[in-house]
Amino acid sequence: MLKHIFKRLLLLIPTLFGVITLVFFMIALAPGDPARVMLGERANAQQLEQLREELGLDKPLIQQYGLYLSRIVRLDLGKSITSGQQIKDEISERFPATIELAIWAMIFASTIGIIVGVTSARKRNSWIDYTAMGGSLVGVSMPVFWLGLVLIMIFSVWLDLLPTGGRMNVRYYFQPITNFYILDGIILWIREGNSQYLVSAFQHLILPTIALGTIPLAIIARTTRSSMLEVLQQDYIKTARSAGIKERRVVFRYALKNALLPVITIIGLQFGLLLSGAILTETVFSWPGIGKWIYVAIGARDYPAVQGGIIFISVFFVLINLVVDILYSVINPKIRMQ
Amino acid sequence: MEQELLEIKEPTPLQETWYNLKKNKGAMTGLVIIVLFVLMAIFAPLLAPHDPVEQVIELRKTPPFTGGYILGTDDLGRDMLSRLIYGARISMSIGVVSVGISLVLGLIIGVVSAYFGGILDKIIMRIIDIMLAFPYILLTIVIVAILGPSLVNAMVAIGISQVPRYARLVRASVLAEKENDYVLAERALGAGNMELMFKTILPNCLSATIVQSTLGVGEAILSSAGLSFLGLGAQPPTPEWGLMIASSKEFITNAWWIVTLPGIAILLAVLGFNLLGDGLRDILDPKMRS
Repeated sequence: MLKHIFKRLLLLIPTLFGVITLVFFMIALAPGDPARVMLGERANAQQLEQLREELGLDKPLIQQYGLYLSRIVRLDLGKSITSGQQIKDEISERFPATIELAIWAMIFASTIGIIVGVTSARKRNSWIDYTAMGGSLVGVSMPVFWLGLVLIMIFSVWLDLLPTGGRMNVRYYFQPITNFYILDGIILWIREGNSQYLVSAFQHLILPTIALGTIPLAIIARTTRSSMLEVLQQDYIKTARSAGIKERRVVFRYALKNALLPVITIIGLQFGLLLSGAILTETVFSWPGIGKWIYVAIGARDYPAVQGGIIFISVFFVLINLVVDILYSVINPKIRMQ
Repeated sequence: MEQELLEIKEPTPLQETWYNLKKNKGAMTGLVIIVLFVLMAIFAPLLAPHDPVEQVIELRKTPPFTGGYILGTDDLGRDMLSRLIYGARISMSIGVVSVGISLVLGLIIGVVSAYFGGILDKIIMRIIDIMLAFPYILLTIVIVAILGPSLVNAMVAIGISQVPRYARLVRASVLAEKENDYVLAERALGAGNMELMFKTILPNCLSATIVQSTLGVGEAILSSAGLSFLGLGAQPPTPEWGLMIASSKEFITNAWWIVTLPGIAILLAVLGFNLLGDGLRDILDPKMRS
C-alpha cells in the first residue's frame, strides 16, 4: 500500500514539472510582445523597456524559464500586472470561495446523483428510469452559464426569492474569518447569536450550486445506474436474494457498496473538473472565486496572473486526481495488486 | 440504398450498424435532430425570414409572435429566429472543424505511437499524460488567450485540447489490433509501414473513435459557446449561440426570450449528438455488446 502511494507520489513530479513547463512555454511563445500588450499602444519605449526588465523578458527564453522554475519551487508566482499584488496572495484570498462552491456543488451532485442512479437501476425500464436517464442526458447537454442565467431569471428576477450573485448580502457588515462563508456564518451564529450571515451565505450558494452541480449530477446518476445494474447481476446478489434476504437490504447493504466504487472515481474526477467549470459559473454569478479572477486577468491580458492561476488550478487538479487514485486503491484491493 | 441491400447478401459493417441503429430509438431521435440542424445550417439563407445582422432599432426587444417576428427580436432589433438559424451554421461548423482537427491529429499520433512503440511511444504518451493533467476547459482557454479571441482560434483551441483523448483511444485499439494474424500476413506480403498503419490496421480500430467523435461534436459546440460567452470565441455581431446568450445577460429582467432561446438551441443540438453517440456506443462498443 505505502509502496503504491510512494510510487504515485514519485510519478507526480514529472507530471507537475511538465504542466508548469507547458504553461510557461505556451504563454512565453505567444505571438506579440506581452509588455506591449499590457501597456497598450500609447506606451513609450522607456516604459516598455522597464516593464520588460521587470518581467525578465529582456533575458533569453531559457534563462527566463530557469528563473520561473526556481521561483515556482519557492512557491513564488510573481506579481499581478493589474493590481501589483503577489499572485500567491490573490489566489489564496479567492480560492476558498471557489472551493466552497465546488464542495457544495459536489455534495448536491453526489447525493442526488446516487439516489437517482440507484432508483433508476432498481426500476429499470420503468418510466422513472426513462425520465431520470432522459433528464441526465439533457443535463450534460446544457451550457452551464445558460442554466445559471435561466435560474437567475426564474428565482431572482421573476420570483424574487434568491440573490442574483455574490456571496453575502452587501448591506451586512461582514468580516470573513475563514473565508468559507457557511463556516463563518456558523461561527458568527454561535459567537454572536446572529444567524443572518449564515442565512445569507446559504441563500447566495443555492443557485450557483445547482448550476455548477448539474453536469456532475447527471454524470454521477448515469454511472451509478450502470454500475448498480452490473453489480445486481452478480452471483453473490443472486445468492443473497435466493436466501430470502429482503430486496431493500440486498440493494443498499450488499450491492450499493460495490456499485459505488466506480462512482467514487467519477466524483473525484468531476470535482477536479468543477474547478475549471467554475470559470463560467463564477462569471455568471459574480462569485468572487479564482475562476472569475482568471477571467478578469485574461481580459486585462495580465499574463503573469493567468500563468499563475492556470498553474495553480492544474496542480490542484493533478493532486485531486492523485488523492482519488490512492483512495480508490485503499477501498479496492484489486487495484493494488496490479 | 435499398437497391444495394437487395444485391448484397452479406451485410457490410456499415449496413449492420445502420440496421442496429434503426432499432435504437434514442439514436434515431438524435440523428433526426442532427439532420434537422444540418439542413437548417445549409439552407439558412432560404429559411431565415430576415437578415441575421440587420438592426431595426424601432423594433428592439419585440416579444415573440408579435409584428411578424415569430421568436421576437433582440436588444438591437435583430430577428431572433434568423439569428438562431444562422447560428446553426456556426455551431455545426465549429463541431465539425474542431473534431476534425482532434481526429486527424489524434489518429496520426495514436497510430504512429502504438505501431512503432518503444521510446517514441513513451515520449508521446508522457506528453499526452501531461496534457490530460490539465482540466480540458482551462487548456482551451489558455490556447485561445494566447492565439487571440476569435471563432477560428476557438475551433483550433478546442480541437487541439481534445487531441490527447483521441490519440489515447486510437493507440489502445491499435495496440490490441497490431499483433493479429491478418496484420502479420499483410506484412509478409510486403506491405510497408504506412500501408500497414493506415490501410490495414486503422480501419479496424475506428469504432471507439466514431463514438468519441460523435460525442465530441456536442462537446465542442458546448465549449465554443462557453468560450464565446467569456468573450474568447465568436465576436459580435456574429450570430453565435453562446455569444447571443452573453450579450443577453443584461436583459434577463425584461426580455426572457433573448436569454432562453439560444440556450435551447444549444441544448437541442448537443442533445442530438449525445443521443446518437450513446446509441452508437451501445452498438459499436464491443464491451457493451452482450
